[in-house]
This record gives sequence, structure tokens and C-alpha cells, in this order.
Amino acid sequence: MRSQATALRSKDLLGIEPLSPEEISLILDTAEGFREVSERPIKKVPTLRGQLVINLFMEASTRTRVSFEIAEKRLSADTLSFSASGSSVEKGETLIDTAQNLMAMQPDMIVIRHRHPGSPKMLADLLPASIINAGDGAHEHPTQALLDAFTIREKFGRLAGVNVSIIGDIAHSRVVRSNIHLLTKMKANVTLAAPPTLMPAEIEKMGVRVVHSLDEALEGADVVMMLRIQLERQSKTTFPSLREYFNTFGLTPERLRRANDGAIVMHPGPMNRGVEISSDVADGPYSVILEQVTNGVAVRMAVLYLLAGGHLQES
Amino acid sequence: MNLLISNGRVVDPSQNLDRAADVLIEDGLVAKIGPGLKAPKGVATIDAAGCIVIPGLVDLHTHLREPGQEHKETIRTGTEAAVAGGYTSVCAMANTTPPNDERPVTEMIVAEAQRNGVCRVYPIGAVSKGLAGLELSEMADLRGAGCVAFSDDGKPVTNSKLMRAALEYARMLGAPVIAHEEDAFLAEGAVMHEGYYSTLLGMKGAPAAGEEILTSRDIHLVELTGGRLHVAHLSTVGAIEAVRRAKSRGLAVTCEATPHHIALTDEAVQSFSTDLKMNPPLRSEAHRRALLEAIKDGTIDVIATDHAPHHPDEKRVEFDLAPFGVIGLETAFAVCHEVLVKSKTIKLAQLVDLMSTRPARTFNLPGGTLKPGSAGDVAVIDLDGATEFASFRSRSHNSPWRGRTLGTRVVATVVGGVVRFDGRPSPAVEGKSRPQAARARGARR
Repeated sequence: MRSQATALRSKDLLGIEPLSPEEISLILDTAEGFREVSERPIKKVPTLRGQLVINLFMEASTRTRVSFEIAEKRLSADTLSFSASGSSVEKGETLIDTAQNLMAMQPDMIVIRHRHPGSPKMLADLLPASIINAGDGAHEHPTQALLDAFTIREKFGRLAGVNVSIIGDIAHSRVVRSNIHLLTKMKANVTLAAPPTLMPAEIEKMGVRVVHSLDEALEGADVVMMLRIQLERQSKTTFPSLREYFNTFGLTPERLRRANDGAIVMHPGPMNRGVEISSDVADGPYSVILEQVTNGVAVRMAVLYLLAGGHLQES
Repeated sequence: MNLLISNGRVVDPSQNLDRAADVLIEDGLVAKIGPGLKAPKGVATIDAAGCIVIPGLVDLHTHLREPGQEHKETIRTGTEAAVAGGYTSVCAMANTTPPNDERPVTEMIVAEAQRNGVCRVYPIGAVSKGLAGLELSEMADLRGAGCVAFSDDGKPVTNSKLMRAALEYARMLGAPVIAHEEDAFLAEGAVMHEGYYSTLLGMKGAPAAGEEILTSRDIHLVELTGGRLHVAHLSTVGAIEAVRRAKSRGLAVTCEATPHHIALTDEAVQSFSTDLKMNPPLRSEAHRRALLEAIKDGTIDVIATDHAPHHPDEKRVEFDLAPFGVIGLETAFAVCHEVLVKSKTIKLAQLVDLMSTRPARTFNLPGGTLKPGSAGDVAVIDLDGATEFASFRSRSHNSPWRGRTLGTRVVATVVGGVVRFDGRPSPAVEGKSRPQAARARGARR
């Protein structure tokens, strides 16, 4: 499956929703080329030399932030990361003011993680720099969906027709929204499973199947994507206890047997072991969780490269 | 105080009038309506040829923000916005700082409106002290000082016992209680309507059920108390159904809908524009269609703006963090004319009824009619004109229609026989020059 697009249309990556299937393929194909860079003894290419990338992380993050930083460094960009704590945000500066001040230092790209949906778009509408959404509230997390797709494509050779079941805290998850956009655009079959209290209104209109049983979701699945129970966002009315959650929706090796032969288990991290996933599964043979993390660097390199005006090169 | 408005098409639903006629105002009151009236000596004339001449619009739901939030709006700027939109009367909501929960606050509002207002201002008193929902405010005292209704608007009265008491007590005072109907638990943290778009955008939604639950509760309390309930900014199918049933049972329940709920849906929130954030939120198309039906069948008594100014600094933030509310006085008629009349949902006379006659009747206010002897409050509107909403007379500009051009243009707004807004290209009134909109500020009623 080769992509037909050779460049991205927008200066920004705000979400998967605005992307065409061709653009998605373009990013994934470009990432293939970049993955090899990380396997070299000298893991660096000069692609973004002289470009300044600011990582604006207004919400806690380990994986995504480190992954972006590594991707930027491997492309030889100058990078600078900062978080809300210890910055002027703590003094009450608004996001727009923070962003305009950063812009005055002429970055080429800003990677933003923020707890409020729409904040990357606010910056994109205002600033000439390329804005990359690294997660905005429960809205979108496009690079996560891209790295998930990259991992699935790597295992199955395609996305179309693959049965992907996503299980867990659908309501609070930006990962699931970006994944639904991506997987449905690429003609994969998506099933969501969660207790109704964690299933947002009318989500079936996004073109997915909704079930409320883990076993039903696992039946026939090629990909089992577990979502973190966002303990910090739960109120006492979403489910009675972690124990009950694990008993009804926690993934164990026994329950995983319902999935198709060769099924893989994914998790965007961070995991709550013993809550949504047992350690036997997380560390087991079907798990591709750490491969997702590795692939994240290549996918983010591809996104940075393409937004900087790069094109897919046939090699 | 004396004025002749000639050559217009007079549309006055209060007397089933829709014909070419002149309107003569003397001593601030409508003196005569008829063809070919002559201006008495020295009386100015507005040539309303090609325009409709209607009783001035009456808004039952305005946030003037004064006292205490003058960076958003003042009684002067809010009433200037009102007359620019064809309004001659506005009812000022109680959630000021301090709230209008005591006589001195009401007196201050009345006095400031006399001094600097350019249209009639009717204060609405708070239901509870400090809008805290715990104990009744001194409602009789507030009523005596000029409050025409009672409301904790912006906040629902969550305590059913307090709401019961408010309805009972206000009944003694002959005033309605205006209810902001929202189940506070269901709406906790919500920034938009709960539905497909809140799911898509990952934002916390308020389910329609929350509005329906409290509307139903208050209707049951009307049945219990014999009180008068006016449901503010109705926005859901279920709440409309509840009001419709209550009316069919003869209960003293009235309701209003806003121009934004009639014109827009939650789909628009995909832009993340904070000028689309208000409470109740923009609902789905099914709810909007139900509102149109309810307007057609008369379930909706009144179109009210819920004019809620917020300073640009307050709105220029993330959607989650922005305050609820949009301004509406200047755009209301243009929006409703486009969505309701041009679309042939209702006739022009019905729109005038919804925006002038019935609001006045609902709160028992002067105006809403051009019958001889009534207040000389008139709006002259060019239905073939257009207004570009590039800027606003309101101190705030948080309007979904900012930057848009809408059909219809307010040509003049007359309050008590005095031209308070003059949208004519040049001073064209016979005799002497009339104050332009900007100069009308200093004019006295």
C-alpha cells in the first residue's frame, strides 16, 4: 500500500480527523524510512538542522514528550521543552500570551500537550509556526494513533479489514478518538468496549461497533487495544471499584483466548497493571506495547519532517 | 416627546394591525394611528417609507452587568445596544456584583437607568440572597423598589423547597419566577451539549435530561403552589414537551427561547469558538427543530436574548475556561427574521408578537402595543436593508454573528416619543437635526 500524496496539505497536525487516507499513508510510509535511522550507530540525520522546535507540555507526559524530543534530536533540530510547572503559566499567563511570547523567539514548530480540547487549534489559528497536537484533553492525540497504525500495519501488512477492539475508558480518551478517525478512514473494523458509564454519547455515529462486554469485544479481534483507566479523572460514579473493573473488563491471558490467532495486544501507556491489564498479558508474547514506543519515534520523525516541508522520497 | 412616524407599514399584533399608516406620538404616548396624519406644528417626523413600524422590542432576559462588572457592560452601553437592535425595554438580570438581592441595588439600577439609560430598564430581583440558593431574598422590598420578576438566573435553584417558597411568595407579589432549568449534578463540569459533537470534541457535555428534569420539577411546583413560572431559555425537546403539557392543563407557565438556540446547533462548536459557549448550550438539530415547532404552535411565548456580555480577555481563552454567554440585543431581530420569517416558519406579525407584544404581556410591562394611550415605544425597521455586525454598541463583542452581515436594518428606535437610536444615513428629520446614535447617549428621556 503506497501512498499517493507526497506532502501534507496543512502546516499543522491538529488531529487525525482533518487528514485524508492518502495523508495518513504518506506519514506511515515516511515513518518506515525513518525507523532505520534509529538502528544506525550514529542515530542522526541533518534534515531539520537550524530549525527550532519548542515542546510545550502543559500537562504531565513521559512517553510522548521524550519521544518527540528524541525524534527532534535525531532530525538535528534545536529543541527546547518546557512544562506548565515552573513557567509563567503558574503566574496566571494565558495560553495565548505564552504562545505569542514563544513565537517571538521564532520557532519553526511547536509541539503542544494541553488538558483543554481545541488549544492546539487556538495556537494554529494565531501563529505562523507549525503546531503539532501532542494530546488536547479528551479530543485528539494524532501521533499516538499514527504510531498505533504503524504498529498494526507492521504486524498485519495492512489496516483495511483488520478487526481492532479498543477497551477501557473511552469517555476520557483522546487516544481512542484519534484511533477511531484513523482506523475508520483506513477501513479497519473498530469495536469499542467499556461499561456504559465510560462510553460517551452517540459514539457509534463515528462508525464503530459498541459493546459492553469484554468477551464480546475480544471475539474475532486481531488487535486488542487496552486503554488506561484514568484514575485521576474518575469520579465515584463511573464504576464501583477497581476490583470490579478488573473482574469485568481487565484483560487476562484466559480471556484473551477469545481473540483471533495471532492477535496482538496494545496499550498507549501508562499502564495500570492489575486494573485494565494483567502483567501476564502486558509482558506476554502477544504484547507489542514496547514496539509501539519504539515506533513512536519514527512516526514523530516523519510528522516533523513532513510538516517542515519534506516530501516522501522513493528509495 | 412628540413625534410623527409616517409612511410606514404598521405591524402591531396587539390590535391585529398590518397596514400602511402613520403613528403620532404625543407626550410620550401613542396618540393616533391612521393614514395621512399631519404633524402638528413643531413636531418632528420620521419618514418610515419602505419600513415596518412596530411596537418597540421587549427583552425579558438581559444581563446589563452593572453594578460591579462594568468592564463587560454598563447600563448605558447595554441600553445603547438595546436601542440599536430595536429594543425599547429590557429586563435586567440579577446576577450583578453585588447581586440584585436588596432594595439599594434595585434603586441604584433604576436610578442609573434614569440617568444614563436610553431605553426602559426593568430590574429582576434575585430569588435568593447572594444567589446562593439557600434563603429567600426580601422579595416584597425588591418588588416595591421596581423589580418585575425574580430569578437566580445563571444558576438553577437546586433546592426544591426554596423554589416552592419562591413561587408561593412571588405569587403574593403578583410576579413570576424565572427559572434557569438545569440539574446541577448532571451538568457538572459541562461546557457544551452532550451528544455526538461533545463526544467528537472530547468535551464534557450537559445532557438534555438535566434541563427536562428541572423544568418538570418546577411545573409540578407550580401545580402545588399556584405560582407563576417563566422558564428561561428553553432548549430541549423534553422541556418543550413539559411546558406544552403544563399549558394544556391551564397552569401559569410561560417560556422563552433565544435567537441563538433557534439559529444554531452544537455542530458549530467544532470551531472551538468561545462565542458559541453559553448555558444552556447549543443543542443538536433535533432540539432546534423542536424549538421551531414550538414557536409555530405557540408553546414558546417569547423570544428573549439572554444578552450576556463578557470582556474579550475573558473569552480569548481555551473553550473549557471561557465564561458562558453571548450578546444578542443588536442581532436578535435580524437573526430571528432570517431564521423564522424569511424561512416562512412564521409570519412577520408573529415575530413581532414574540419579541414585543407577548414579552410585555408576560411580565405585565408597558409597551408591546401601539394602541392609542400606550407607551410611545416604536421600532422602525427596514426589512430589505442589511446590517454588518463588524462592531457593537455593547461594550463586549462575544457574538456568534460578529463579522457577519444579516438582512434587516434598524432605522430608528423611539422610546417614549424620543428617538434613542437613529440609523438613518443623515439627519433627515424635519425641523431640527436629531441626535445621532452616539449623541443619543446624553439625551434624557
